[in-house]
Amino acid sequence: MDIFAPIQWFADWLTYAIFSIAAGSPLGNSVNFFIYDSIKIILMLAAIIFVVSYVRSYFPPEKTKKLLSKTKYPIINNLLAALFGIVTPFCSCSAIPLFIGFVEAGVPLGATLSFLISAPMVNEIALVLLWGLFGWQIALIYIISGVAIATIAGWILGKLNLEKWVEGFVYQVKSVEKAIDKPTNRDRIKYAKNYMADIIKKVWLYILIGVGLGALMHGYAPNDLLAELAGSDNFFAVPIATLIGIPLYSNAAGTIPIVSVLIDKGMSIGTALAFMMAVTALSLPEFIILKKVLKTKLIFLYGSIVGLGIIFTGYLFNAIIK
Amino acid sequence: MKISVLGSGCATCKKLHETVEYIVKQNNIDAEVEYSTDVTRIVALGLMRSPVLVVNDKPVDLRSTSEKDVKEAIFGVSH
Repeated sequence: MDIFAPIQWFADWLTYAIFSIAAGSPLGNSVNFFIYDSIKIILMLAAIIFVVSYVRSYFPPEKTKKLLSKTKYPIINNLLAALFGIVTPFCSCSAIPLFIGFVEAGVPLGATLSFLISAPMVNEIALVLLWGLFGWQIALIYIISGVAIATIAGWILGKLNLEKWVEGFVYQVKSVEKAIDKPTNRDRIKYAKNYMADIIKKVWLYILIGVGLGALMHGYAPNDLLAELAGSDNFFAVPIATLIGIPLYSNAAGTIPIVSVLIDKGMSIGTALAFMMAVTALSLPEFIILKKVLKTKLIFLYGSIVGLGIIFTGYLFNAIIK
Repeated sequence: MKISVLGSGCATCKKLHETVEYIVKQNNIDAEVEYSTDVTRIVALGLMRSPVLVVNDKPVDLRSTSEKDVKEAIFGVSH
């Protein structure tokens, strides 16, 4: 049974009985879609962020740093770093102290970069939206591709011995071993609740705007609008979608609902995945923040390798899912 | 009392600094407030997050950067 059936029922009732808009009309479709999708996404977001933050309370960055500085197998290290990137609490504010902390603790540069690629890319908001709008299969594909890109890109960057492209002061920092607090279960639940409220407060408006624009397109735009422009036959669709995604970082919450409608209207899945990955992983503000510790050359290389990985993933899924 | 806000210069860090200034003024706390974007100081404390609130040279755990939580944290140290 569809656990979202009550929401659909509510959306139908509100649209057709209360607003008395004709079922099947463009306006009816748009309004119904808006009510259903916004309620569903915000509920899912609240539930999943709560669970994710609870799990995350077991992985403070200080613990991750310790674990990563101990494993010394090249590509496994990158894979672990990419996986930890998912479960360690992260915001772009913390990117710099994390970077310095990792390097100072002896985590290899490549693994540190794997972490920094996967942390923003595989984020809970993107996951919830993918799951809610496309199903868990696509969400899973997204996680696996994200981890793969982060692992491989970090591994390549690590092989290139780019330590000289890291600002020198990073290697001079000395840290102290800080005892890791052991929060109680109540602390963890409180942390998860606070974090959930924080995120919802931050993104609800973007989600409503995104779903609103999506709803308009859902009701009014012709069904094959994008088939030619962004379908799997257009070779340039993937790289162009990736480039468009770079400046859209702050609006990940608003972009994905629009993308779900673009797929309805003929955009192919691979192109959409590439676009969403670019939105979350290639972020201009984060590159600017990273400039404090990385020389421009390294940031450029990092962005290019991740970008190529995203484009490759886009083509791959366009080829697999027709 | 000495209060420092250490951050990477992000929006949340600046907000925390403003909140601290506001609380100090509102409650007539005798404190010297400092805002620093020297991230190495955060790492030197053994921490890897940003922003960090430091009261009398000790980092303070913040539940959130809301006025209520910051106030509690500052008062927790001074009393």
